[in-house]
Amino acid sequence: MERGSAGLGAPFLSVLSLRDISGATHLMQSRGAFAERNFKYLLVGPAIFVLLLIGIFPLVYLLMVSFQGITMTETSTDFVGARNYAQLFHDARMWEALLHTVIFTAIALPVELVLGLAMAQLFLERLPGRQIFVALLVLPVVVSPIVSGATWALLFDHRFGPINQIIGWFTGDTTAILWSINPKLVYPAIIAAEIWQWTPFMFLLLLAALANVDKSQLEAAAIDGAGWWRTFFRIVLPAIWPVMAIAILIRGLDLFRLFDIVWALTKGGPGTMTETISIFTYVKGFQQFETSYTAAVAFLVIILLSVVVMLALKRVELAR
Amino acid sequence: MSYPARDPARSTGTQGKALSKPSEGREMSSLRRRTATRQAIRFAAAVAITLIFVFPIYWLFMISFKTPDEIYSFPPKWYPGQIHFENYAVLFKDGDAITVWNSLVVAGVSTFIAMFLGTICAYSLARFRTGGEYLANWIISQRMIPPIAVVFPIFLLFVWLHLVDTYIGVIILYTAFNLPYVIWMMRGYILDIPKALEESALVDGCSRWQVIWKVVFPMCRAGLFATAIFTFVFAWNDFLFALVLTRTEATTYTVQITHYFGGQSNFWAKISAMSVLGTLPIFIAVAFMQRYLVRGMSLGAVKG
Repeated sequence: MERGSAGLGAPFLSVLSLRDISGATHLMQSRGAFAERNFKYLLVGPAIFVLLLIGIFPLVYLLMVSFQGITMTETSTDFVGARNYAQLFHDARMWEALLHTVIFTAIALPVELVLGLAMAQLFLERLPGRQIFVALLVLPVVVSPIVSGATWALLFDHRFGPINQIIGWFTGDTTAILWSINPKLVYPAIIAAEIWQWTPFMFLLLLAALANVDKSQLEAAAIDGAGWWRTFFRIVLPAIWPVMAIAILIRGLDLFRLFDIVWALTKGGPGTMTETISIFTYVKGFQQFETSYTAAVAFLVIILLSVVVMLALKRVELAR
Repeated sequence: MSYPARDPARSTGTQGKALSKPSEGREMSSLRRRTATRQAIRFAAAVAITLIFVFPIYWLFMISFKTPDEIYSFPPKWYPGQIHFENYAVLFKDGDAITVWNSLVVAGVSTFIAMFLGTICAYSLARFRTGGEYLANWIISQRMIPPIAVVFPIFLLFVWLHLVDTYIGVIILYTAFNLPYVIWMMRGYILDIPKALEESALVDGCSRWQVIWKVVFPMCRAGLFATAIFTFVFAWNDFLFALVLTRTEATTYTVQITHYFGGQSNFWAKISAMSVLGTLPIFIAVAFMQRYLVRGMSLGAVKG
């Protein structure tokens, strides 16, 4: 990750010289030699302390609780072995929640990517009012997901919502589609809201990436008579891939913890049809109070995600 | 929809002059006409797409200005008869608007603490390479752990410490959650500024802290500002942490919105008015930092 543009030797040398200079001044002042040597750790210390508090503590604590048998009625902290984990593997609802999460991710992510790329392509060249368009298109990204969920609940309302009204114009009939209740339509409804909110994210990143593609290569391809698709796959796609990979990573991880939009639209319903793994964990832990079992679920989620993140970070060049 | 290099008007421009055949003029004008048509189509597509993406926001804002009769009218009214502030007045009268203040306090204070702790940590990572790549990677991977898995044990801890439903509890969690982001982003911004100034400040007798305070902070002012806005927005927009950690005293506006779901007859008006109160400040903040949006959202991967 430290493969910088300045080369390997230069930054290292200047850090050395910085250190030498400070050493000299402090020999003269001869105060706080210890603090000086540990200055860099002093700076890092408080932040690392806070991160350990939420990074390591939960992990250890979760692991401990997950081997106990605490529920709403059972307060004894005796260890019960791997019972919760055994239960986990036979819990159909948990696996379904995991599957729902994968479905949401597998549909929403490619759509956002392709749509965002197409939009970026559209806005790449000069266009009157381009900046205003881009500024307006950014808006969904910064809206709180719970607000966008609520907004789409208003839009999808079967009677007073505009979406059924617009569909009615085409069918020439009053439509009363129950978007958040009908099992066939609840997924499209949630995915539509998700796509609305996050396509602009892909759009912005890919627009920046496309603008950085080397123009001379494109001109060379045009002179050689390469067609649009050929130019796209041979030159543009490889050039924007690093940014695209990061966008996919960020969005993929976000989708894996999908909670707010689903909560606002369906609360995981009808039944448990749209329950994501985050909603499942919340319901188990904070509504059914199966403390130890929830700990086991949360631990599994952390392990799963950590593996994914570590593999992904190895492949993706995240800044410098 | 093509790349600038294929823009026919531009790539044939020089050839046209060199050849200057009589037929060239006619060809050029037909090319120009084609480009104009293409521009018009692109513009129309841009307008259509933007309308689709802005419409939900328009609908949300507009509902908040409607009277109950207009909200529950069939077929739906596409705009309010007149701008009507009653829905907001109700929020302030019932005291629900205090939740926006709660959001402001917890997001503001946690942003301030995270920015301070994060930036000095980032300075150490950037200038002294403390912990090498290992530490930097560990820090950013903390950002990617799903919140639900973190908040559950934190909740159990906070029950024990009596921090549930307090500002302090929420602030601690937001600070911790945003720290990796601040460290990662500020490390990038600090690496962007030249070291020479810091070195000469040291030679001139500044202490280490003075260097950070008087040289580094002013030099990466724009980065600090952009990162602080992002951090604030993350905390401000959060729902899950607040849902778990607040009850009545420290409720944030996002949690308050969900309290209206399935409520009494007038709940749409409240949902929309509260949503607008929570969304408008962010729109204003973001308007001032368009230039830094891409860098902030891509975790610094795209310099924009």
